[in-house]
Amino acid sequence: MPEIRVTPLGAGQDVGRSCILVSIGGKNVMLDCGMHMGFNDDRRFPDFSYITRNGRLTDFLDCVIISHFHLDHCGALPYFSEMVGYDGPIYMTHPTQAICPILLEDYRKIAVDKKGEANFFTSQMIKDCMKKVVAVHLHQTVQVDDELEIKAYYAGHVLGAAMFQIKVGSESVVYTGDYNMTPDRHLGAAWIDKCRPNLLITESTYATTIRDSKRCRERDFLKKVHEAVERGGKVLIPVFALGRAQELCILLETFWERMNLKAPIYFSTGLTEKANHYYKLFITWTNQKIRKTFVQRNMFEFKHIKAFDRAFADNPGPMVIMPGYCVQGTVGHKILSGQRKLEMEGRQVLEVKMQVEYMSFSAHADAKGIMQLVGQAEPESVLLVHGEAKKMEFLKQKIEQEFRVSCYMPANGETVTLPTSPSIPVGISLGLLKREMAQGLLPDAKKPRLLHGTLIMKDSNFRLVSSEQALKELGLAEHQLRFTCRVHLHDPRKEQETAMRVYSHLKSVLKEHCVQHLPDGSVTVESILIQAAAHSEDPGTKVLLVSWTYQDEELGSHLTSLLKKGLPQAAS
Amino acid sequence: MKLYCLSGHPTLPCNVLKFKSTTIMLDCGLDMTSTLNFLPLPLVQSPRLSNLPGWSLKDGNAFLDKELKECSGHVFVDSVPEFCLPETELIDLSTVDVILISNYHCMMALPYITEHTGFTGTVYATEPTVQIGRLLMEELVNFIERVPKAQSASLWKNKDIQRLLPSPLKDAVEVSTWRRCYTMQEVNSALSKIQLVGYSQKIELFGAVQVTPLSSGYALGSSNWIIQSHYEKVSYVSGSSLLTTHPQPMDQASLKNSDVLVLTGLTQIPTANPDGMVGEFCSNLALTVRNGGNVLVPCYPSGVIYDLLECLYQYIDSAGLSNIPFYFISPVANSSLEFSQIFAEWLCHNKQTKVYLPEPPFPHAELIQTNKLKHYPSLHGDFSSDFRQPCVVFTGHPSLRFGDVVHFMELWGKSSLNTVIFTEPDFSYLEALAPYQPLAMKCIYCPIDTRLNFIQVSKLLKEVQPLHVVCPEQYTQPPPAQSHRMDLMIDCQPPAMSYRRAEVLALPFKRRYEKIEIMPEPPPRPTQPTGGKKRKRASDDIPDCKVLKPLLSGSIPVEQFVQALEKHGFSDIKVEDTAKGHIVLLQEAETLIQIEEDSTHIICDNDEMLRVRLRDLVLKFLQKF
Repeated sequence: MPEIRVTPLGAGQDVGRSCILVSIGGKNVMLDCGMHMGFNDDRRFPDFSYITRNGRLTDFLDCVIISHFHLDHCGALPYFSEMVGYDGPIYMTHPTQAICPILLEDYRKIAVDKKGEANFFTSQMIKDCMKKVVAVHLHQTVQVDDELEIKAYYAGHVLGAAMFQIKVGSESVVYTGDYNMTPDRHLGAAWIDKCRPNLLITESTYATTIRDSKRCRERDFLKKVHEAVERGGKVLIPVFALGRAQELCILLETFWERMNLKAPIYFSTGLTEKANHYYKLFITWTNQKIRKTFVQRNMFEFKHIKAFDRAFADNPGPMVIMPGYCVQGTVGHKILSGQRKLEMEGRQVLEVKMQVEYMSFSAHADAKGIMQLVGQAEPESVLLVHGEAKKMEFLKQKIEQEFRVSCYMPANGETVTLPTSPSIPVGISLGLLKREMAQGLLPDAKKPRLLHGTLIMKDSNFRLVSSEQALKELGLAEHQLRFTCRVHLHDPRKEQETAMRVYSHLKSVLKEHCVQHLPDGSVTVESILIQAAAHSEDPGTKVLLVSWTYQDEELGSHLTSLLKKGLPQAAS
Repeated sequence: MKLYCLSGHPTLPCNVLKFKSTTIMLDCGLDMTSTLNFLPLPLVQSPRLSNLPGWSLKDGNAFLDKELKECSGHVFVDSVPEFCLPETELIDLSTVDVILISNYHCMMALPYITEHTGFTGTVYATEPTVQIGRLLMEELVNFIERVPKAQSASLWKNKDIQRLLPSPLKDAVEVSTWRRCYTMQEVNSALSKIQLVGYSQKIELFGAVQVTPLSSGYALGSSNWIIQSHYEKVSYVSGSSLLTTHPQPMDQASLKNSDVLVLTGLTQIPTANPDGMVGEFCSNLALTVRNGGNVLVPCYPSGVIYDLLECLYQYIDSAGLSNIPFYFISPVANSSLEFSQIFAEWLCHNKQTKVYLPEPPFPHAELIQTNKLKHYPSLHGDFSSDFRQPCVVFTGHPSLRFGDVVHFMELWGKSSLNTVIFTEPDFSYLEALAPYQPLAMKCIYCPIDTRLNFIQVSKLLKEVQPLHVVCPEQYTQPPPAQSHRMDLMIDCQPPAMSYRRAEVLALPFKRRYEKIEIMPEPPPRPTQPTGGKKRKRASDDIPDCKVLKPLLSGSIPVEQFVQALEKHGFSDIKVEDTAKGHIVLLQEAETLIQIEEDSTHIICDNDEMLRVRLRDLVLKFLQKF
């Protein structure tokens, strides 16, 4: 029985280190290759020895797909391809291909230069790894090989994020990566057609939350920033340089413009400035509004937001600063985690007096969004990854109730096996099809139907043809099987008259059939031949010779039993 | 399968393909060469043009002198320019299911089709095609609407009068169907019917046909199309290029194994090498400017201009032209330059890698930043105050009949220091210049057409091996001006089928197979209703002879057959040899079985049990089909 097997190496009942193995139609595909933010040891990367302990990964994987550039989805890629060893194709969208190496390099620098880790991937490895990448367009059907094809759909979430459909024959799996079902200020909403996959693998970060309207959150955020600035205070917004930074920049920029505010806004990492360039060049991946107006005004060219310089740090007066993401171990991280006293270098202790607020702007689908996507794609079953087990449990029940499909939530290393019933596509000869259609009833695409033909399998090519054509193609002669039955009739009249009586009798009984009286005195019913002959001994008896081929057997044997009953006397 | 040919222009095709009960329009090009018959539309009142003498018949009859004007021996219609539409009567266009667009030049007739024929289908095109196509339409509408012309000539179109006119007016085809330009409202409505597609995207049409755009290498987002069912494949090649310019390279491999390949949009200047032309363009430009003259380049706002600007970017410093201003004047100049920078995914590999850095893919960004290239929506406004001479001006329209170019022709035409360089191949430059004669300015003809030439075509056809090639008739004979050049035509086996405007071609196509899906196990046979009354009469029911019995094949070995008979309790078996085989006699049962190589005949009494027993024994030796 064919089946689809799914094993998460990461992101199984967990957020981070996304890496999911899928076996479908004899092909093995790895979805994402992420790192885990929460670990610094071996656990930060997926355990690729699960795929193979010795031997090249290339021999076991047909392709790798990266959904977007966040490190929990691509952070282990150079390790995987260069240090463990994989030379097959790696698919990702153009923006992901552009931005991914920058984030990997950034990650490497922090790990090696700041934390002093050894045995980490090198810059050269990142470059070599990126050489194996094949960029895909949205909706392009990429033929990985003759049987395996993949197709990308827009996912929102971050620039270049995509959902992927993986298809072999009539079996398919959709992997969502991270996605957002509501458009935000710079990206559009995820979209997929009714592709009816066998399995939908979806993230479930916000499996239980239905978030309040985005407008409220934005208003809240702007109010807090505005109040602080009005007080003459400084606002620090630690935010990841790519994605949310642009969202907040657009939000602040438009607010500043509307309120005519003058306080400077700075973003402090060099990365953000560079990131803005990517957003400008990949404007086709942003939302409708930005794309429409970009000629008049590119939304990623900010008027109020400038790059930060260390020299500005002690400037008096209010300002807003967007430093990068606060990595573990930094002062920023300590403050965010609630520490109120900081021990600085030189044993100086600093008391934290600033207010710390949390606001969620992350672009994941909430429970409503996930349900919406399941409704859009209409999968036969759903598998949850990238979420917490408890929350998944809730969503799983909800999906099973609402859509009546089975829902799975495997832990890392746990395999889910789905049996599939693949259809067998064959080519039917037009002659045979037309013969079927001639019998009335047009074929109904949704209902099975019985028809007789011969299936010829040559190479991997299946063809259904009429039996005649099959014999011809195979160079075989037809063997005619014919029956002739003698039916004795009591009838003293002449043979011709007997034949005439048989004709009129059959004509009246078999209204649906073509009954003919031929000039030579014989009678035919369709292709069945009936001849009347005298009995060699008994002149009062006539012998009817009923002759038919094997193909007409039903009718032939019906006729003989009919004639055996004799002819009606009333016949003239 | 039929092909309805609605346009006779080989590079601006419009064909309708009927295939498996779908009706697919392939491109809708607008033949704008008709505008060459009209007087230019000047932006500012031109005394020269308005004082041209009216044209009169040989006998002095001057009833047409309001409509027709004469300039240096040529006659022009003094009216709003009109375009030659694709044929609209050959097929009911409201039955068209989809329109496939291959590049932005081949969609200019779209508003006429989608807005005025009852069309209710979908249009498919790539995103750059739509965006740049919109710019081209916007520019066209703007050029024509901003100089409203009160006069509209129609008298000359009368068939009896047209006969009397000098050529080329006399020979103009279908003048009665020529139409004025559409409005922006019609453009917007037409474009709203477009659905965006990406290269190699498989689009299902009604489950019957699948269409797929492929990169064609000619322009941003330009595509060839594959139209296929599970067993038949038609390739539509329109405007393709194998040269490395800015667009993504052409996808040739996917065109393989086509039953029919429709080939349109080859180069219009098969004898000119585009690289050589670019070189000539640069040197002529430099020469004129060094001598203090101005250079006018009539062009479209997108396409080759990107390549020209890139060449100039590399050329100007070495040629000492860094102080010469370059002006790009078009209502869509800014949009075109901006759009070109955001379609990284549709560009050639080199330009893609630039975006990854991240840098703008086209160097004209730098030309603009350094103020070497300036762009203006029109020559009114800022341009007039910035304008410095000598300079180079890129502006439309290449027909020289409307747009800002008309003004520059009038302004610079009188001085031999100035040069006009024709780079667009769509219009004959001599005809384009006719209403400006006599002209003192230099005219250089450097047509840059990167589309396939005949050598490339024959190589392509050898590689993709289509069973049949269909093309416009112009490609099956050498160009009229070079009738000895037998190499300037399509050479393939079997010979290409040619079409001309308003023709319907039956494509040589034999459909043999259709796709169905079979289930691993047969479905249960429909059971007969078994009511009590029915059952009693079951034996009276006339059997359905439509139930097909299998065919048989093989032959029956007599000895084994006789052994089998014995095993099944038949005795008294006699075998006789005949000319063609054997006769097996079962004397007890009064039965005779004739066995030959290809047939078996069982002759017996009317004993159904016996017959069935014998039948089953025979069938054991045969194969069923």
